[in-house]
Amino acid sequence: MTESAAREAPARGIDKAGIVIAALLAAVALVLVYDANQIPATTMYGMGPQVTPVVIAIGLGILALANLIDAVRGNLPPRESADPVAVLLILVGLALLIAIIGFGGGFIPATTTLFVTTSAAFGRRAFVTDLIIGVVLTTLIYVAFDRLLTLSLPAGPLERLL
Amino acid sequence: MDTFAALAHGMAIAAQPMNLLYALIGVFLGTAVGVLPGIGPALTVALLLPVTYKLDPGGSLIMFAGIYYGGMYGGSTTAILINTPGESASMATALEGNKMAKAGRGGPALATSAIGSFVAGTIATIGLAFLSPYLVDIAVRFGPEDYFALMCVAFITVSATFGDSPIRGLTSLFIGLVLGLVGIDKLTGQARLAFGVPELLDGVEVTTLAVGLFAVGEALYVASRRHHSEEKIEAVKGSLWMTREDWKRSWKPWLRGTLFGFPIGALPAGGAEIPTFLSYSTERRLTKYPDEFGKGAIEGVAGPEAANNASAAGTLVPLLTLGLPTSATAAMMLAGFQQYGLNPGPLLFAERPDLVWGLIASLFIANTMLLVLNLPLVGLWVRLLKIPTPWLYAGILVFATMGTIAAKPSVVELSMLAGFGVLGFLMRRFDFPIAPVVVGLILGPIAESQLRRALAISLGDPMTLLQSPISATLLVVALIALIAPFILKGLGRFKANED
Repeated sequence: MTESAAREAPARGIDKAGIVIAALLAAVALVLVYDANQIPATTMYGMGPQVTPVVIAIGLGILALANLIDAVRGNLPPRESADPVAVLLILVGLALLIAIIGFGGGFIPATTTLFVTTSAAFGRRAFVTDLIIGVVLTTLIYVAFDRLLTLSLPAGPLERLL
Repeated sequence: MDTFAALAHGMAIAAQPMNLLYALIGVFLGTAVGVLPGIGPALTVALLLPVTYKLDPGGSLIMFAGIYYGGMYGGSTTAILINTPGESASMATALEGNKMAKAGRGGPALATSAIGSFVAGTIATIGLAFLSPYLVDIAVRFGPEDYFALMCVAFITVSATFGDSPIRGLTSLFIGLVLGLVGIDKLTGQARLAFGVPELLDGVEVTTLAVGLFAVGEALYVASRRHHSEEKIEAVKGSLWMTREDWKRSWKPWLRGTLFGFPIGALPAGGAEIPTFLSYSTERRLTKYPDEFGKGAIEGVAGPEAANNASAAGTLVPLLTLGLPTSATAAMMLAGFQQYGLNPGPLLFAERPDLVWGLIASLFIANTMLLVLNLPLVGLWVRLLKIPTPWLYAGILVFATMGTIAAKPSVVELSMLAGFGVLGFLMRRFDFPIAPVVVGLILGPIAESQLRRALAISLGDPMTLLQSPISATLLVVALIALIAPFILKGLGRFKANED
C-alpha cells in the first residue's frame, strides 16, 4: 500500500512544460483558423479548401485541452535532466550551415562547420583533428555525389578548385 | 491475375545484372547505415533516398528493397551487440540477444537472427505476392468515401490505439495533419499556411520532415543526455555458427514468429512491435528452458526477429495495394515511390506491373543476399559500431543535411530541416510518438482530397460516408479503435511504436 502511494506521489503537481505545450497547440489552432479565413470563399458542391483547416483546428483545440489536463494533473512521463549546451552547439552548427549555404560559401565549408560543432557537442575538444576529418569526409561526399552521382550540390570557392 | 506468371516475370526483371547490382548496393548500404546505433530502418531509407535520385524508377525501387531489408538486419545486429535497439520492434531482440552476447554467445544470436529473418522474410514475401492480387481486386471497388474511411482507420490505429498515451499519439498525428495542409490546395489552387513564402507553396517534403525528426532530432536528443549513459559494445566471441541444439531450438520460433508477424503487419494497424512482443511472450511460455529467459535464451531472439521481418513484408501489402503506409518505414518507401510521381495502389499493379513485381521479386533476392553477406561480414559491421559517438553523430548530421541540400538547396528548406529537428528533439523529450507525424503528413492530404471528391459526387451530402457499406464499416472500426484505449486504460498495453 505505502509503496504504491509513494510511486504515485511524485507524478502529481503541475508540469509547466506541459502547459507550454498545450498553449502552443492552441496557438497553432488559432493560426489555422486565421489562415483559413484568408482564403476567398468559392461556391462549389461539397467542401472548399477552408473546411479541413478548421476541422483540424477544432481537433487541435480539443487536444490542447487534453494536454493541459494531463499537465495540470502532472501526468507527463518523467524526464531526465538535459544538457542545454550540447543542444545549442548543434543548433549553432545548423545555423552556420544555413548561413554559409545562403551566402554561397559552398557545400564543404558548410557541412564541415556542422561536423565540428556536432562533434564538440558530443564532448570532443580536439578541434583541429575534427576540422581535418570534417574537410576530408565532406570533400569525399562532395566528389562522390556531385561528380559520380551527378547530384548538384552548391559550389563555393573551395568546390571550384576540385 | 496469374500470380506465378507475374512473379516469374518480376524475377526475370530483378535478375538482370544491373538490377542485381542495385540490389547488392542497396543491401550493403542498408546494412551499413542500419547497423549504426540509433538509426532505425525508416531513417536508413530516408538518408539513402538521395543516393537513388538519379536512377530510373525500376532500379531505384530495387535498391530500396535492399535498403529496407538491409536496414532491418543492421538494426538487429546493433540490438544484439550494444543493446540499443534503433526501433522498438528490435526491443525484444535486444532483451535476449544482448544477454547472449554478454555470455559469449553473440555469434549464434546473430546467426539465428539472420537465418530467422531470411526464413520469415521469404515466407512473408510469398504471402505478399499471393495476397496482393486479391486485395487489389477489392481495392479497385473502393470509392473515394471508402478510401477516406480507410485512412481514418489508419490514422487512429497508427496514433492512438497501440501507443502509450492516446492523447499524445493523436497530438503527434495532428501535428502531421497541420504540416500536410501547407502549400497549394490541389483542387482549387488556393494557398494554405504558406504565409507568402514561395518555397512553402510546394508543401512540406516528406524526406525533409522525416530526416529532421529522426536524424536531427535524435542527434539533439542523444547529445542532450550524453551525460547519462555510456554504451558498451559486446565483442563477438567464440563460434559464429549455431550448434545442432541451437537449430533445434530456433526453427519453431522462426515459423511461429512469421505467423504472428505477417498477418499483423498486413493489417493497417501499423508497427512491428505487437507481433515481436507477442512472439516473445509466446516463446517464453512454450520454451523447455524457462530459466534461461532473461539470461539469453535463443528462442527469445529467433521468434521476435522472425516476427519483425515478417511484419515488415506484411506492411508492404497495404502499402502496395492500397497506397497506405502504416509504419514510418513504409511511409519512407512511399516517399521513394512519390519522387518518381508513382502512387502505389491498385492502379500501379495494372499500369506498371513490371515495377511492382520487379520490386516483390527483388525482395526475395535481397533476402538471399543478406543471408549470404551478413554472417561473413559481421566483423565489418562490428567495426562500424566502434565509430566514436561524436564522429558518428557528426557524420549522420552531415549526411542528413546533404540529402536536403541536394534536393532543394534553399535557406527555407534547410531552416525547415532544423526546425523539424528541434520538434523531433522536443517530442522525444516529452515522449510523443514520432511515426504518426510522418503518416499524418503523407495521408492527410490524400484523405482530404478523397473526402472532398466523395462530397462533390454526392453533391455535398455527408450521408454518403454512411451509405456505402464499406465506408460505414470502416468508420465504425475507426471509432472503436479510438475509444478502446480509453476504456482499456489500466490494462497492460504495448509501448509506443517508433521505427
